[in-house]
Amino acid sequence: MSRISRLPAPLLRAAACTGVAALALTACGSGSGSGTASTGSGSVKVGLITKTDTNPFFVKMKEGAEKAAKENGAQLSTAAGKFDGDNAGQVTAIENMVAAGVKGILITPSDSKAIVPAIQKARAKGVLVIALDTPTEPESAVDALFATDNLKAGQLIGEYAKAAMKGKTAKIAALDLAPGVSVGVQRHNGFLKGFGATDKDVVCAQDTGGDQAKGQTAMENCLQKAPGINVVYTINEPAALGAYTALKAKGREKDVLIVSVDGGCTGTQAVKDGKIAATSQQYPLKMAAEGVKAVVTYAKDGKKASGYTDTGVTLISDKAQDGVTSKDTAYGLENCWG
Amino acid sequence: MTATTTPYAELKAPTTARRLLTAPTTGPLVALLLACAFFSVSTDQFLTGGNFSLIVQQVMVVGTLAIGQTLIILTAGIDLSCGAVMAFGSIVIAKMAAEGSLPPLVAIALGIAVCGGFGLLNGLLVQKIPLPPFIVTLGMLNVAFALTHIYSEEQTVTNLPGPLTALGKTFPLGHTDITYGSLVTIALFLLLAYALSSTGWGRHVYALGNSQEAARLNGIRTSRLTIGIYTVAGLLYGIAALLLISRTGVGDPQAGQTDNLDSITAVVLGGTSLFGGRGSVLGTFIGVLIVGVFRNGLQLMGVASIYQTLITGVLVILAVTVDQLSRKKAR
Repeated sequence: MSRISRLPAPLLRAAACTGVAALALTACGSGSGSGTASTGSGSVKVGLITKTDTNPFFVKMKEGAEKAAKENGAQLSTAAGKFDGDNAGQVTAIENMVAAGVKGILITPSDSKAIVPAIQKARAKGVLVIALDTPTEPESAVDALFATDNLKAGQLIGEYAKAAMKGKTAKIAALDLAPGVSVGVQRHNGFLKGFGATDKDVVCAQDTGGDQAKGQTAMENCLQKAPGINVVYTINEPAALGAYTALKAKGREKDVLIVSVDGGCTGTQAVKDGKIAATSQQYPLKMAAEGVKAVVTYAKDGKKASGYTDTGVTLISDKAQDGVTSKDTAYGLENCWG
Repeated sequence: MTATTTPYAELKAPTTARRLLTAPTTGPLVALLLACAFFSVSTDQFLTGGNFSLIVQQVMVVGTLAIGQTLIILTAGIDLSCGAVMAFGSIVIAKMAAEGSLPPLVAIALGIAVCGGFGLLNGLLVQKIPLPPFIVTLGMLNVAFALTHIYSEEQTVTNLPGPLTALGKTFPLGHTDITYGSLVTIALFLLLAYALSSTGWGRHVYALGNSQEAARLNGIRTSRLTIGIYTVAGLLYGIAALLLISRTGVGDPQAGQTDNLDSITAVVLGGTSLFGGRGSVLGTFIGVLIVGVFRNGLQLMGVASIYQTLITGVLVILAVTVDQLSRKKAR
């Protein structure tokens, strides 16, 4: 570098300008449009775009997609946003995948509304787009949706909590996700529906972003506000474990019922250990595997997947309640993710 | 600290100054061309006009932010608030036009002005109190972030009127489609590159970055200059806000959260020194393209995105290393 910097300035400028000009020329020159890249022979290309790279839920989803791609002779490429909510990152990933000539894209939208224009552009170029886990708004913006029924997931733990309370008056705390995120809203509403309660019965509601540390802080504050809390609804198991830590510090872990959603392996183990009473388990691996299969089918027969496919949800608990169907943690740990 | 070791000759002789402007961009340019060559060989789809047009589209928002960031870093400052200010500007534009029933052009002007206001405020705090730029812009990052979420009520603004997304539209050139927004970004880069290299103002910016005290003693009105630079940067963030809206087609309160760091990455990769006084916006353009080319190329190869992060990190460290070593040699 230092040696280069001793070259005469005009030479350097010339070199720099030629480089930029060459680039500009290539940019304006020949070449086909970015879409409908001809893959020629070879395997079907499938893209998977998750919210982040690091959340175990999406790691599992990727595993499921990789396995299914191998089985079906497809070629998988993956991408993710930098953080939960990174819409621009997902838009870029869609564009690059379309440029790479994918036949179909499986996406877990970070922002259900904001991603829609980018999806429309991809679909206009003949790419099959399937939403996994989280629906778009409107739902019809994608060809198909493979996801957990989040309302049902909430409803199951609501029914469980109602039965487990055995008629005691409930004082409910809700550790939610974040404002305006459909998954969180659906689970929350499902829980209330299953419990037969309304938002008036929730004495404390806090957003946690699904984060354990924030879940703990939220629970500490809720206990400060309403010490008599005896039921805690949590958006996912990290938030539930945070709540458990806060309750344990107050010596309340035995007499407060915590219910959750997700069915991650750590979370299911926490159910087995008695920290969480029950959780609704969902199946990211299945969402991804079904998605890959759908793209391969589309590539072969031109048949597009459509509508909503419920990938299932199972209530996991070791303390079964009368009138509520559940499976034990042995089953849960066998089918957990993460 | 480094300012005191800068040879006096660098400030005086225009040819030397020119050499310093050009030299730091050579390394990045070579890196960019090597990356392009690598991806051209490894994938069929990389070397097409459509793909290059796509890369420029993808980097136009961070690119425009990075112009402002370059100006501030040239003064030995830093701006952590750029992404958040842009996000606020974009929500102002989107809401004013979509819900506030303001004419789109007025909404756009208002949004850009609001961002300029943030820049002005940053500049005043840095210069008049004075506070370290890092602290001022860190605070402003939180202020703008919070205002974005309060004002948007956490809702994505959809159904934007046509003029707001006009810059996202494309026109055909040969066999590829070029976005109007890309042209705006490229024009801004050229404009600021000209202003920095060929006007008195530009020379003052470099002088200020080398040593504020020396610049002041030479009769440069450093206070006004600094405030002006932050304001110009703010206005650029406002334009970036418009580009962002036009690209995604929505007003998104979550936008821009890592754009402050991404813009700093681009500036550093482009050979601009974090210690001020050395670098150029053309270098930054190359830096922005390096990031865009890697992201695009690796995706075309089917490499997982976490490797982009890994490679970008390594490149940043390399770039700063090169900067430091060349400084040592220059003594």
